[in-house]
Amino acid sequence: MKKIALNGAGLLVALFAAFPVYWMVATSLKPNREIFSATPRPVPAKPTLEHYREILTGNLIPGVTFTDFFLNSALVAVATVVLSGLVALLAATAVARFRFKLRTTFLILLLVVQMIPLEALVIPLFLMIQRLGLYNTLPSLILTYLGFSLPFAVWMLRGFVAAVPKELEEAAAIDGASRAQTFRKVLFPLVAPGLVATSIFSFITAWNELIFALTFINDQHRYTLPVAMTFFFGRDDTAWGSVMAASTLFTLPVIVFFLLVQRRMVSGLVAGAVKG
Amino acid sequence: MTTLTKATGEAAARETPARRRRRVDRLPYLLLLPCLAIIGVLLLWPLGQVVMMSFYKLDSVRQLRGDREWPWVGLANYAQILGDPFFRTVLRNTVLFAVANVVLTMILGTLVGLLLNRLGKKMATFVASCVMLAWATPALTGTIVWKWIFDDTSGLVTWLFNKLPDGLSTAVFGRSDWTGYGWFNDPLLFFAILTLVVVWHSFPFIAVSVLAGLKSVPSELQEAARVDGAGPWRVFWSVTFPMLRPVFGILVVLSTIWDFKVFTQQFVLAGGTQDRSTFMLSIYSYAEAFSPPPKYGLGSSIAVILTLILLVVTGVYVRMVLRQEDES
Repeated sequence: MKKIALNGAGLLVALFAAFPVYWMVATSLKPNREIFSATPRPVPAKPTLEHYREILTGNLIPGVTFTDFFLNSALVAVATVVLSGLVALLAATAVARFRFKLRTTFLILLLVVQMIPLEALVIPLFLMIQRLGLYNTLPSLILTYLGFSLPFAVWMLRGFVAAVPKELEEAAAIDGASRAQTFRKVLFPLVAPGLVATSIFSFITAWNELIFALTFINDQHRYTLPVAMTFFFGRDDTAWGSVMAASTLFTLPVIVFFLLVQRRMVSGLVAGAVKG
Repeated sequence: MTTLTKATGEAAARETPARRRRRVDRLPYLLLLPCLAIIGVLLLWPLGQVVMMSFYKLDSVRQLRGDREWPWVGLANYAQILGDPFFRTVLRNTVLFAVANVVLTMILGTLVGLLLNRLGKKMATFVASCVMLAWATPALTGTIVWKWIFDDTSGLVTWLFNKLPDGLSTAVFGRSDWTGYGWFNDPLLFFAILTLVVVWHSFPFIAVSVLAGLKSVPSELQEAARVDGAGPWRVFWSVTFPMLRPVFGILVVLSTIWDFKVFTQQFVLAGGTQDRSTFMLSIYSYAEAFSPPPKYGLGSSIAVILTLILLVVTGVYVRMVLRQEDES
């Protein structure tokens, strides 16, 4: 009896959590007649890819295709990932492998800057971007997202570096390897999985971001996908089939990446500190 | 710690002592340099800039580019904001929204965490996977889907309310035909739907964290209490909660910080920044600064107020994390 109640509650929770995602995909596969019918169908009766075809072949905004926005977003996200991964790896090595005077200060700094409300930085960063002449360029976003993703990347990566046994590096050093060689040939390959996990978080940060992209980019050809979606969505909010198809295409990579690394997220945020 | 110093010492034994010391001293700082530079330029410097900008009257992009003077106005922006009754409404909205969302997210998240801990293995995996979907969905698309669910003609909720027996619907809500009903027009209803969206997005993190906490403490205590005849309510407050107190503390603080600055969900749900009746601090700051006519100085002062509120919450958070680090 109790077991049934528990399982029932579990099913309700699962329904509440997963339903919107299901509904997004289901709507994207329905022909317009089903989407706008008076009685919604839980499952598409005649599934169709017409909305995906519309999205992928047509112009989301006159003159610009979905692929263009997708590439803009991908370019920004990948550049952010590479830069933030590189810088974070150096910093994480410093924190996990050395004891130095300002180490604790640096760790506190990392924690504090993660709490800065990024929404409050739109105005001053807009000023900086204007001054640097980067307004309306994709590098303005890469720079911004680099700053946003870096603190968490270092925080997460330092656990991975600390987990690599020091003995390996010592052995390499005794065998006559230089510091740079040890870093490149011993530490780096062993930290690589952690670097992948960290990169995914930076990727998601950059991929999902809306406000800054909305503010720093004016030229429609340089819109990232989230901006294009708000624009498209605002202009024609009755084309739900296409909106849901675009949403699905935007969401899918995030969900896949996210599921790969979500466990690290909990330990990173809650435990606050992997022992280092 | 000591092993590290020793190991580095051994590794560098062949070098001269002076060279060794120099290396050990400088390398970590060199490694930190790029990271510190980026944090400094892209986070700390703008944080200082927003405070500075809040003391100026900045009404055009040309001022930002440096083509025009920046007239210093002292605290005038703050005086204007704090003297405006609308700001008080916005502040009230923000605080009430944050409190309601933190409470609801914590309750739902904790219940789901406890539930996941009691379910059988297969069922737990299934429910956890579904919960992950909600967590993984980007704020943007998650909100768009909820907006579709509440669409006034073909939305699921509109359909559900139309399905209610007409008599009942009229008696309770005063209408039986819901087609064309603007779910987002009434501010209170808007905030209710926004709460639904935000709680849906944020309860998974609480649930998974609580579950992780439960797994890390021995379950014998809870079982012993249950055997002794304590009901679930009693077991939770007398046994489970005290053991997980540090985890709950951090979760409440993190949720508070997140819920205070909700932006994307509100922006998408409201369809932009036109609807002032549902403003909260972060969107208010943004709208003042960027909706024409731009008022960057005024927007900055609102951003500073938001930051100050969050600074207090952050102070609590940092102290908690550091205490936990000491304990582990």
